Amino acid sequence: MTSIPPSTTHGAEPLLRVRHLSTRFRNRDGEVTAVDDISFELAAGEVLGLVGESGCGKSMTGYSLIDLVDPPGYVAGGSVRLNGRELRGLPAKAWRALRGDRIAMIFQDPMLTLNPVLRIDTQMVEAVLAHRRISRAEAQTRALDALERVGIPAAAERLRSYPHQLSGGMRQRVAIAIALLNQPDLIIADEPTTALDVTIQAQILYEMQTLCREAGTGLIWITHDLSVVAGLADRVCVMYAGRIVEQGSTAQVLERPAHPYTRGLLDATPAAALARGHHRGEPLRQIPGSAPPLSALPAGCAFRPRCPRANESCLQVPPRVETADGQEALCWHPLSPGEALPEASTAIGVQS
Amino acid sequence: MTLFLLRRLLQTAQVLFIMSLLVFVGVYAVGNPLDMLVDPQATAADTARVAAALGLDQPLWVQYWRFLGNALQGDLGNSFLHGTPALQLIVQRLPATLELAVSALLIAVLLGIPLGLWAGLRPDSFGGRTIMAGSILGFSLPTFWVGLMLIMVFSVHLGWLPSGGRGPTREFLGLEWSLLAPGGWRYLLLPALNLALFKLALVIRLTQSGTREALLQDYVRFARAKGLPPHRVVGVHVLKNIMIPVVTVVGLEFGTLIAFSVVTESIFAWPGIGKLLLDSINQLDRPVVVAYLLLIVFIYTLISLVVDLLYAALDPRVRLAGGQTA
Amino acid sequence: MTASASSAISASHPSAGGWRTLIRAYATSPLALAGLVLLLVIVTAALAAPWIAPQDPYDLSQLDIMDSRLPPGSTSADGSLHYLLGTDGQGRDMLSAILYGLRISVAVGFSATLLALALGMSLGLVAGYAGGRIDAFVMRAVDIQMSFPAILTAMILLALFGQGTDKIVIALVASQWAYYARTTRSAALVEGRREYIEAARLLGLSTPRILFRHLLPNCLPPLIVVAALQVAAAIALEATLSFLGLGLPVTEPSLGLLISNGFQYLYSGRYWMSVFPGVALLLTIVALNLVADRLREILNPRLQPQ
Repeated sequence: MTSIPPSTTHGAEPLLRVRHLSTRFRNRDGEVTAVDDISFELAAGEVLGLVGESGCGKSMTGYSLIDLVDPPGYVAGGSVRLNGRELRGLPAKAWRALRGDRIAMIFQDPMLTLNPVLRIDTQMVEAVLAHRRISRAEAQTRALDALERVGIPAAAERLRSYPHQLSGGMRQRVAIAIALLNQPDLIIADEPTTALDVTIQAQILYEMQTLCREAGTGLIWITHDLSVVAGLADRVCVMYAGRIVEQGSTAQVLERPAHPYTRGLLDATPAAALARGHHRGEPLRQIPGSAPPLSALPAGCAFRPRCPRANESCLQVPPRVETADGQEALCWHPLSPGEALPEASTAIGVQS
Repeated sequence: MTLFLLRRLLQTAQVLFIMSLLVFVGVYAVGNPLDMLVDPQATAADTARVAAALGLDQPLWVQYWRFLGNALQGDLGNSFLHGTPALQLIVQRLPATLELAVSALLIAVLLGIPLGLWAGLRPDSFGGRTIMAGSILGFSLPTFWVGLMLIMVFSVHLGWLPSGGRGPTREFLGLEWSLLAPGGWRYLLLPALNLALFKLALVIRLTQSGTREALLQDYVRFARAKGLPPHRVVGVHVLKNIMIPVVTVVGLEFGTLIAFSVVTESIFAWPGIGKLLLDSINQLDRPVVVAYLLLIVFIYTLISLVVDLLYAALDPRVRLAGGQTA
Repeated sequence: MTASASSAISASHPSAGGWRTLIRAYATSPLALAGLVLLLVIVTAALAAPWIAPQDPYDLSQLDIMDSRLPPGSTSADGSLHYLLGTDGQGRDMLSAILYGLRISVAVGFSATLLALALGMSLGLVAGYAGGRIDAFVMRAVDIQMSFPAILTAMILLALFGQGTDKIVIALVASQWAYYARTTRSAALVEGRREYIEAARLLGLSTPRILFRHLLPNCLPPLIVVAALQVAAAIALEATLSFLGLGLPVTEPSLGLLISNGFQYLYSGRYWMSVFPGVALLLTIVALNLVADRLREILNPRLQPQ
């Protein structure tokens, strides 16, 4: 039923290999599955865009990869291999050694990620000293280098600042510098530019891409914005209701989407509207309905109630279908390349 | 910074002036201390002579004017009963109260922060729930009753600790200290614990809620994502943030510790200013009551100044401007 | 306009259904329910003290000096009375003394709270509604009042006025009114900006009517919580002051005075004279706090579960 997703690196073990990863939450009414049986791979120096609406489980996927899922959540099953080493089941101490050293993570809001009462140098030096047995002075030098690498002017001065003395963009650069400090193999970036101005967003995107490519670092970029992915990622995973519903190379997914949900997302962008000959004042085309809460997912395909192509078969969990070389969709009836969704996209809504 | 200090000093002087007026009118305008001081069988002439000697025959505003003039020179009048300067009486007893209050504060902070952290890190554990239930009890129990229970259990029943008095003291820097004298701590422990109880409950609750809140913050998650060991995440990232409200509240509460020492000192016969106040109220010794109140006001304003300075030292976002924190 | 305004006004008032949900929400916590039952028992016992107490502890003809300092469970010299909680230095039945003391403590605590509530609420309401100079003046007084510990304010006032039930009620009111004034003012500031007040104003209702019929009911939830907490604080404060000999005169022995009287016997191991009144005081305070805590939980919209 679940075919192995296509690997981008043939033969050798990729940098990151995730298989059947699931994360659940216990609550009063039972269990909620936030991440449902996802599998993907990432090669060194490659950028993976993880796209989805808020609440689809994309951030939780990031936390699951770095073992930062807070109770009552827990990683329920699956495998995460980094450079061939199985990470699931590692003791807390081993995870701690990995975090910030081999795997780094950057969060969404730069105003909240840095501790407001500690100086930048304190927060950088501690990140080095947690993983390297070097002197404080050496750690300080490393911090300075990292700040310069992310393009912070007067880095020596900035080191002695407190977070509130820096702008939002500057703070996010500091957070990125902290992530880069120990030259990790993998960086998970959870919408790190969403809270920033568009111009700064573009700069940071470009710099991150360059830095990771040069250092051979794998980058998972979590975002709700398809246009960010278009310019940045090599590969794209589209998430819906805890599942990866489509993945493939950026060109494949954005130009020839196979899953109706991806198609719907693309149709909803202004660019697509313009291409359709959209008139000013006309509303953008939208996917009807809204994403269901994780606690009340419909059986079978979770996108079914909003999908114009849904029918009886969608009451069963859809299979992974390889629609092209390196592209797959989780759908009973994927779109063929270039196929559009039925007009007027009213959901047929097979009621469960 | 200098401007800030100047403005604060000016504010302090203002408050002291207003309070001196209120306190003076309040304390001097009601009741007649002559009834107390003069033998009921004394003649009217005798009474008038005593009144003149104490300045009680003058109009109220004259009395206040003289009082204020003297106060500016550090003279708050003589105690009716002891005949010695009221301020001197209080200053003599202040160290005992300060030692008690500081010890209580240390107990509250040194026990309260670790317990609050524990309860905040494990809010659903048995230990965490027990600590929080205990802190509710600490709020509910009246101080004087806890004092009685401490005496009953540790002095009367177990016989471990003395039930009252200050015990031996040793002189250091011109002041008498219980903690420096051998065995002095035995006299200090119960009253300090008694006085600390309410603040202990307060510190526990503040620390617990602060910890729970801090743990949800992105900066704690980011600190964990950096691979920092738990002791550094909690001990530096969490603790440094919760210290801000804790220091503010505890600092401001130091004044109430001194006020509440009235109760503890009277139960444990601790020779501090609280007991002096109680005796003076009972004996209508007004100059001492006035001096006590002015001193308390002074200590209060001093404390709020120190708290503001500490606040600025702890929270880099706060910069001291002319009297305002931004 | 008129129709919609009056419907806006009526919609903002708590309905009978609102009270029923409140009671139901309260009852979901067993601990709070136990606190409420305990409180009702205590208040009933206090009110009924003259009828349920084994003896009138202040009718000297009923006291027998032969019975003084008897431990709990003793029987009187003439065999007529069983002293469940022992006797005090004058041969007074402790249980009766506690019931009468509870009566005084509860009466002082509740009346002081009600008076402080009335005073603070009125001032806060006027300050919040009027704003400007009146507001600044009232809040300045509140700030000064609250910067001093309640016990100090009360002690000084008692030192000035002397002892007496009326004096201690005044002292308690003076040290507590500020809490209500501040709470009412902030609630009034929030509620005052709502549409229904504006609508009431447009309807031409008089200011007192707006204040007390429309603004006040909507400021009540936080006030009820503060009042519940302050009854406990008032009772504890009265006990403390009486214990220090500043509160009630010996002719009206509240729990605090009973504890104080028993204090001297504590050293000789006759614990019952101070411990039992203390337990009664404690149960009263804990019961009140449990009730207040639950009220805070269900009346605070921020804490309500979604």
